[in-house]
Amino acid sequence: MNKSTSWFNITSLVFGFAFLYVPILILVVYSFNASKLVTVWGGFSTQWYVELVHDQAIIDAAWVTIRVGIISASFATVLGTMAALVLDRYRKFHGRALFSGMVYAPLVMPEVITGLSLLLLFVAIGFDRGFWAVVIAHTTLTMCFVAVVVQSRLVTLDRSLEEAALDLGCPPVKTFFLITLPLILPGVVAGWMLAFTLSLDDLVIASFNTGPGATTLPIKIYSMVRLGVTPEINAISTILISVIAVGVIAASVLSHRSQVEKEKAERAVFLAG
Amino acid sequence: MIEAVGPIKRKFAPWDDPTLKPFIRFENVTKRFGDFTAVDNLTLDIYEREFFALLGPSGCGKTTLMRMLAGFEQPTEGRILLDGKDLSGIPPYKRPVNMMFQSYALFPHMTVEGNIAFGLKQEGMDTSNISTRVAEMLELVKLEKFAKRKPHQLSGGQRQRVALARSLAKRPKVLLLDEPLGALDKKLREETQFELMDIQMELGMTFLIVTHDQEEAMTVSDRIAVMNHGVIAQIGTASEIYEQPASRYVADFVGDINLIDGTVTAVDDGNVTLHCAGVDATIVAEAGPGEVTVGAEAGFAIRPEKVQISLEAPPVGTPNVLSGEVWDIGYLGDISVYRVRLAGGSIVKATVANLTRIVERPITWEDKVYLTWPADAGVILLK
Repeated sequence: MNKSTSWFNITSLVFGFAFLYVPILILVVYSFNASKLVTVWGGFSTQWYVELVHDQAIIDAAWVTIRVGIISASFATVLGTMAALVLDRYRKFHGRALFSGMVYAPLVMPEVITGLSLLLLFVAIGFDRGFWAVVIAHTTLTMCFVAVVVQSRLVTLDRSLEEAALDLGCPPVKTFFLITLPLILPGVVAGWMLAFTLSLDDLVIASFNTGPGATTLPIKIYSMVRLGVTPEINAISTILISVIAVGVIAASVLSHRSQVEKEKAERAVFLAG
Repeated sequence: MIEAVGPIKRKFAPWDDPTLKPFIRFENVTKRFGDFTAVDNLTLDIYEREFFALLGPSGCGKTTLMRMLAGFEQPTEGRILLDGKDLSGIPPYKRPVNMMFQSYALFPHMTVEGNIAFGLKQEGMDTSNISTRVAEMLELVKLEKFAKRKPHQLSGGQRQRVALARSLAKRPKVLLLDEPLGALDKKLREETQFELMDIQMELGMTFLIVTHDQEEAMTVSDRIAVMNHGVIAQIGTASEIYEQPASRYVADFVGDINLIDGTVTAVDDGNVTLHCAGVDATIVAEAGPGEVTVGAEAGFAIRPEKVQISLEAPPVGTPNVLSGEVWDIGYLGDISVYRVRLAGGSIVKATVANLTRIVERPITWEDKVYLTWPADAGVILLK
């Protein structure tokens, strides 16, 4: 009985993960294909990676993507942390439920709608589409993710720590930087990482708001794919996947580690009696 | 013979001196949270160098009162004066008051030293003075060896000391202690209570402690305010509150009490005769606070340790005698508690100190016993 259940579990596991990762795995494997034909294996080679480095258009797109990612993630972290603070701290204001719902709504909003609405806004106010439009659009997209991550960290923060700082003569703004921020920092950094990776792989919103000279990597890949899939695309996609994987893993490690530390501290308190 | 008694200790009782001004004054303070009234039109004076305790069950408003003094809550009505100065509108970080939190609230990302120095740095004290003061504080709480540790590397008792040192480091005019010993075990708690008293004496500060533990309040404080539903039920020294409770609530909350209900049949110069139909007895005792009139419903309140238990009937004509049967015995080591069932079925507790080491006690289950007490041992409390 036990054994058959475990076989069932293993089968589900294999199929589940195969479903999730076989497409990506094939992409990664074929990025090392020596043949120019995407579907025919012609031996191991790293030539497509070498070619990538010499493709100025892709290097430019990558550079734009990274800059957009860093700037928009930083804006989103500031705004998202502020939103999380307000939602966690000012529990009593009218319409709090509405506000917290509104902060989280973009999480489930179709990207097409977010992209389109931002496009309409930029056109209406005469803001040029291009690099800064994409930065603002990505800040909008990722801010709510930061707010969620930071708020989950704030919930576990003992309010009396801030009160103790105030009590000892530290004004509120200084208290935030000396006490609150260092203690929620793992959440803030995890939020930044998440925002950065989301910005990195966004195609829809970026394509609505981009302009000349502001082609991001996903847009570049998409336009290249329309002319046919080449191993070069596999190579650049593999790099993108690696960067995103590192970002997501780093974010989850950070938030996990802070959780572990907290549990360790609690256990120490318990043992100390 | 007088030398054997030793010098008489000077009594500290500034509250009895009408020329002294109170140091902290709560003036008709009310605090409402929505519909809930946490503190209800409360007036309270606390004097300089006093160790004052706010005692009450959870939700009685004692913590709210303290948080208003610290500046974390604003009174809905009334005002709070410190050293004659109105505190309203002054934020917590500008009040000359420091608080020791129930959770200790030590900054987890700073060392013990860093925690103690935090308040001094905010004050703008220069570095060399800070390190001198931190060293002093560490010595005061005997944690010199732990200066470089982080809070999570300390035991509960050590954390409690760091929290105390941190709140004392700025030499506040008033130190607020919010259930400061709640997280410690009984032995450590008792030790720390005496240390707190020593430290308060040494530094000459005013201490205000909030606690639900009556033993703690009675041990450490000069005066106690017993609170209930946002109002003060009684203010007094530990012995005043224990021996002369102002109400049934205070009598019941502080210590153990026997309450025997009856009807007043005579009032004569402070002495009240109470007929207790339930236990078929007549009791004569001193009147407590409030006007006692003939015919009023009242209760006779007496502490278990003041009830004497005996197997032999007292001489005929002895006033205040109850008889019953031993229902239960609780042996606690230092004392034994006898629960005696009276004629009407009600239970009266009597405690007896176990002065000898004999294992078999003369009074045992189902013995018929007589309960007596001195004339002034109990008090009549109105319903």
